[in-house]
Amino acid sequence: MKMTEGKKQELSREQAIWMYQKMVEIRKFEDRVHELFARGILPGFVHLYAGEEAVAVGVCAHLNEKDSITSTHRGHGHCIAKECDLNGMMAEIYGKVTGLCKGKGGSMHIADLEKGMLGANGIVGGGFPLACGSALTAKLKGTDAVSVCFFGDGANNQGTFHEGINLAAIWKLPVIFVAENNGYGEATPFSYASSCTDIAQRAAAYNIPGVIVDGKDVMAVYRAAKEAVIRARNGEGPTLIECKTYRNYGHFEGDAQKYKTEEEKQENLSERDSIQIFRQYLLSNNVLTEQELDRIDNDVEKAVSEAVQFAEESPYPSADELLKDVYVSYQ
Amino acid sequence: MSTKRVITYAEAINEALREEMKADPNVILLGEDIGAYGGVFKVTKGLLDEFGSDRVIDTPISETGFTGAGIGAAMTGMKPVVEIMWVDFTLVAMDQILNQAAKMTYMSGGQTKVPLVIRTQGGGGRGNAAQHSQSLETMFAHVPGLKVVVPSTPYDAKGLLKSSIREECPVIFIEHKMLYNQKGEVPSEEYFIPLGQADIKREGKDVTIVSLSRMVHFCLDAARELQNEGIEAEVIDLRTLVPLDLELVKKSVQKTHRLVIVHEATRSYGWGAEVAARIQEEAFDELDAPVLRVGAEDVPIPYNLNLEKEMLPQVRDIVDAARNALYLSV
Repeated sequence: MKMTEGKKQELSREQAIWMYQKMVEIRKFEDRVHELFARGILPGFVHLYAGEEAVAVGVCAHLNEKDSITSTHRGHGHCIAKECDLNGMMAEIYGKVTGLCKGKGGSMHIADLEKGMLGANGIVGGGFPLACGSALTAKLKGTDAVSVCFFGDGANNQGTFHEGINLAAIWKLPVIFVAENNGYGEATPFSYASSCTDIAQRAAAYNIPGVIVDGKDVMAVYRAAKEAVIRARNGEGPTLIECKTYRNYGHFEGDAQKYKTEEEKQENLSERDSIQIFRQYLLSNNVLTEQELDRIDNDVEKAVSEAVQFAEESPYPSADELLKDVYVSYQ
Repeated sequence: MSTKRVITYAEAINEALREEMKADPNVILLGEDIGAYGGVFKVTKGLLDEFGSDRVIDTPISETGFTGAGIGAAMTGMKPVVEIMWVDFTLVAMDQILNQAAKMTYMSGGQTKVPLVIRTQGGGGRGNAAQHSQSLETMFAHVPGLKVVVPSTPYDAKGLLKSSIREECPVIFIEHKMLYNQKGEVPSEEYFIPLGQADIKREGKDVTIVSLSRMVHFCLDAARELQNEGIEAEVIDLRTLVPLDLELVKKSVQKTHRLVIVHEATRSYGWGAEVAARIQEEAFDELDAPVLRVGAEDVPIPYNLNLEKEMLPQVRDIVDAARNALYLSV
């Protein structure tokens, strides 16, 4: 397929493929985890990222392996967008020894340090100070690495939000704070829990840029993140990006979601699906063809099935793993 | 040739920081008023001038924020030494310390190292009241993943801090505010004290007294009083709570058959209970008397100096406990 004559594409073909593929990976991975959990195959509990794909992918499209991210309890999407291995992720969720954390972390603590994924986090707001720390390392070592702190709207009333952003602002740390405002902190509406109408407003209190984007539109996220990442790499300090999004599933699997209205479900699950929006963008701008997109869908479907198979066939950790990794050096 | 010098506990800690900062450019300091001000106890005096503001970083009063920043920096290649001005303020940052720092390595299946030292100071004795005088070492020792160091002398403080900075897991290093001006011999040559090695501060054959931090000095005073009565107390300074050198305590109990545990922390649920339990589990047959504990009364620390003295363990209490352990009338 030829590119549109005379008009420079905003995304290269490679970028477009990468972004679409990562979004589909997240969706299919999460849909599969949903199904596995419902069948009682997975232990613990899981918080699914489906519906919010545009956020993780639009931001991580600008990152490389030297850049770090901190994540949340809803972290699978961030892992995938930061290029964590699907097999290792699925095995981790299964609690298998081949998991990224040898089955010791699980869904809420997936980490892959080699990829710059510092860890999902079971504590709402736990990542703000950590992201400041990895950004401090970059600043002190004089690299141009940036840190991204993903957080949900529920975290913007935690003290760590304010302490982290303040620290990043006074030290001009290369951090991008990415709010995923899906409208609910667990089951409590954002409008009830927060004194502000938008999280981005709070950036003003810390004298840093605060922008609001349509978190369903990966290109909108991509553009805002591009500017923020450039700013951070240039030593100009942090940015707060608020992405208005929606979580397709409940807070956790098993959540009856009675607090959601029919209208919002209709709007977000069918009319404003982030993958469909991006697909339309790619087609109408002649970046990728239907066939190419379908092929990606099929490849991802296979990759997710392989991940499930890998996880199922992997062994559980042996009992002697229990006492390892508590202290790095213990007597 | 070892040169004998006498310096204060604060100076010894300052030397440890200076030496480790010289040895490794990744060692950085973070904390409130540690730069130009030199720290409220002057422990970081002169370090800003020597190492600059990129390595001696003043923070806002934001314990959660800068402690967590220390963790994140440690995870990505730095070796931060975070100063939390008072151990009481660590409570503000507990999520970062207990949920994040302590568990990162384990949760990530060993991928993450957190070479972080949190230096802080605790203890009573000067009327700082309930929120500036606590002894909270047991809280940290109770959560797997943290090492806990509680030094009693300038020599120990320096050697243990240097080792702590070279650890690859988080270390809680709790100094004592009443010890900063205490002087002791510290060689000018470099040395390290490994974590997990208790130290016999005084040898004796009649009763073992186990303690740490400032209370070690109270125990030594008590031992001198007991000596006047012909009782030879052995005083063991644990120096680190995690790792715990139970072996040395056991060895001593095999000799004395009597054990008194002394801590400044409130008595109930303190680390004394842990040591007592472990000794009866592992050396029950060696004991000729119940293991006794001396600790602070179970109340918030009062401001009034008389009440504070009443609340905290005193030399007299230790002497009495030792006599009790020997079935002598008090």
